Amino acid sequence: MADITFRVNGSEKNVSVAPETPLLWVLRDTLELTGTKFGCGAGLCGVCTVHVDGNAIRSCSTPVSQVAGKSVTTIEGLGANGMHVLQQAWIAEEVPQCGYCQTGQIMSAAALLAKTPNPNDDQITQAMNGNLCRCGTYERIRKAIHRAAGSGGAR
Amino acid sequence: MSPLSRRDFLGVGAAAGAGLVIGFYLPHGEGQKGAFSPNAYLRITPDNKITVVCARSEMGQGVRTALPMILAEELEADWKQIEIEQAGASTLYGDQTTGGSASVRTTWDPMRKAGAAAREMLISAAALTWNVPRSACAAEAGHIKHTTSGRTLSYGDLAGKASALPIPTDVPLKQSKDYKIVGQRLARVDSPDKVRGEAVYGLDFRLSGMKYAVLSRCPIIGGKVSGFDDKESKKVSGVSYVGKIGDSAVAVVADSVWSAMEGRRVLNVTWDEGPNKDLNTAAIMESLKQGAAKKGANLYAAGDVTKAAGRRISAEYQLPFMAHAPMEPGNCTASYQGSKCEMWIPTQVPQDCRDSVATAIGLDPDQVKVNVTLMGGGFGRRLEHDYAVEAALVSKAINAPVKVIWTREDDMRFSTYRPASLHQLSAVLDGSGYPVALTHRIIAPSISGQKGLPVPNGVDPDLPDEAGPVYEIPNYSIEYVMTETPVPLGWMRSVYALQAGFALESFIDELAVGAGKDPVQYRLHLLAKGQDLPYFTTIWHTARMRAVLQLAAQKAGWDTPLPAGHHRGVACFASFSTYAAEVVEITMDNDQPRVHRVVAAVDCGQVVNPSILEQQIQGAVVYGLANALRAKITIDKGRVVQGNFDDYAPLRMEETPAVEVYAVPSQEAPTGIGEPPVPPVAPALCNAIYSATKKRIRALPILS
Repeated sequence: MADITFRVNGSEKNVSVAPETPLLWVLRDTLELTGTKFGCGAGLCGVCTVHVDGNAIRSCSTPVSQVAGKSVTTIEGLGANGMHVLQQAWIAEEVPQCGYCQTGQIMSAAALLAKTPNPNDDQITQAMNGNLCRCGTYERIRKAIHRAAGSGGAR
Repeated sequence: MSPLSRRDFLGVGAAAGAGLVIGFYLPHGEGQKGAFSPNAYLRITPDNKITVVCARSEMGQGVRTALPMILAEELEADWKQIEIEQAGASTLYGDQTTGGSASVRTTWDPMRKAGAAAREMLISAAALTWNVPRSACAAEAGHIKHTTSGRTLSYGDLAGKASALPIPTDVPLKQSKDYKIVGQRLARVDSPDKVRGEAVYGLDFRLSGMKYAVLSRCPIIGGKVSGFDDKESKKVSGVSYVGKIGDSAVAVVADSVWSAMEGRRVLNVTWDEGPNKDLNTAAIMESLKQGAAKKGANLYAAGDVTKAAGRRISAEYQLPFMAHAPMEPGNCTASYQGSKCEMWIPTQVPQDCRDSVATAIGLDPDQVKVNVTLMGGGFGRRLEHDYAVEAALVSKAINAPVKVIWTREDDMRFSTYRPASLHQLSAVLDGSGYPVALTHRIIAPSISGQKGLPVPNGVDPDLPDEAGPVYEIPNYSIEYVMTETPVPLGWMRSVYALQAGFALESFIDELAVGAGKDPVQYRLHLLAKGQDLPYFTTIWHTARMRAVLQLAAQKAGWDTPLPAGHHRGVACFASFSTYAAEVVEITMDNDQPRVHRVVAAVDCGQVVNPSILEQQIQGAVVYGLANALRAKITIDKGRVVQGNFDDYAPLRMEETPAVEVYAVPSQEAPTGIGEPPVPPVAPALCNAIYSATKKRIRALPILS
């Protein structure tokens, strides 16, 4: 067990867990932030995507010790001051079906827009290709990202 | 609009004082003073809150939106006023199984009648209040209006009086031309919570003091636990219990998911490998070939195929086992408390879960309460109750609430699989190359048969929805040979229709090519007469299939030239009472198809919500493409080989084509849409590949 301190959605958190525990389970079980999902445990599906210091990472494959002293943003923090433009676009384009992968999709898209405010289709595909959706919402995801970019992109 | 949200659940839990985060199944009438609840689907309270109960499970297909829309239409409600409540397992709603693309089809009448009866009672209540004739009162947007004076009363105002009135049995239903809600692109009620991360899936549900469990299951199909050593597991911080669950699994229980997983990783189990330790895929496919020698059960017989004379063409097609692989792995939370047990589970079969759990832990079904959470995909995997039984057994073993979690590898290796199948197609052709006789033999194990469910006359009970005739062929036989396999079988999106559609529509394409005719025109010729083809309880109308095929071909620009290197394929199939046709456009890139565009047309009767219809069809195409290109579960040494999304790879964004969706305008009763667009995908793709390469694909997956 180790005491690890990092910031989550702007607040400092101190957790006492085995240092190799994946960040995903610390977020879900310890901090009760269940908007970040478990899908594969191997970095293959992207449903666990969060931001660490602004970069999209797979929290299922990131030991919590690696984020000590860093700043983590989860879906709960993305729209903390009102819905993020991507969340609004996701609703406007009626993206979610089962919805399980969508928080990870939105976190990947947010990291994309933060660096590339007006992505073209290839840039969207490249950024989003690691996020699986078994319901097959990819086409609407692409539209929603374009919509969000068109309305001012990342905030 | 205020759909189920975490905040609502919190409110309920806090009020109940049960320490629950979620508790969302409120039996009707309990604590609802002055409520107007003429049936189990609807409750109107004096505070003007209108609650509609969704008695099917939401797995992404939109039932929490679509089913209440149907009721709200007849109620003449203001849609923004409606709140949705999810029913758990109940005796009030008949069979609550969510599957077979049947939710809209089977609740269309009950939901309409529930809304209409309430509307008529509210009109009567207003007429009594005002002492005016009923005919002078009209329902509109959540109010009753007195048409001559313009006075209005809200449904909440009228709830008390309406609840004292007799419930009418024969109520008028609206004409489709008067619909204000049904047929509209209304926003799904569940989207805001889903994009905020506030939607509660089974995996997210939490009880205070809850433990977490993962199970080590025997990797060999049919094997059992012979012993285990938990010394290392118990050294893992947080692990509190290790014990055998049933015959073939050992549970590791801990304070956190990660501790439970770590405890399982170092658990040492020895297995009694059982009778299937040498089983492999080649032997299974061989058993299908041997099965083909047997006479099967007759599914459909027009004319007499044995008497047709002419040139004969035959071909065999085969398909592998496939896994559903929903994004949310299996899980269930159970709280066993001696004489009762409460469950929170993402399930398509709450009533089966209740009954299986009761049997497993020695309670009566009414001592088991099953709450239905949101599902992170279903696709048929959650028609099983294995997670529920495991969770109940673990909770009983540790006498504490517990959440059982499956990993992705657990999901892939301990699933119930779409049956592998073999198809023998044979046609006798006339002088123009059209079939005067067609025989389709389906050789496959029976899902229901393996589960011990009834298989009347040797016909798997799913085949009547999923293997029917498509074309006007005077002598036409469809036959089913039931084989057996130890590989666990389950109902996967479109079930046998995927196999039957692939085989038939690939074969028809072969016949069209052999006849030197255009594949669309060839099919239209076989649909030209407009015949009714009776098949079990369905009558397939070839005119409806013809219209769907024409619509798809026209929208795809079938008769217009393609850019160099582009090729098209077409297929049509009818299943679950719905007609579907698709045109797939591809290029070939290093012997691999790249799908650019799919045009889908359907006739599913009245469309309830066109946006959800598009979602379902776009999703079916993506699912169908993954099935066609790569989905393959193989068995080696009695074990499922694939384990995660690297060796069982769903479609990703880079492979996803543009999908265009068209529905034939219809006022017929709605049928199903979740599954019927899946079967045409694989044959249309393979037919496009033939057009590009002149190579015929007769075995899936394409990229094997």
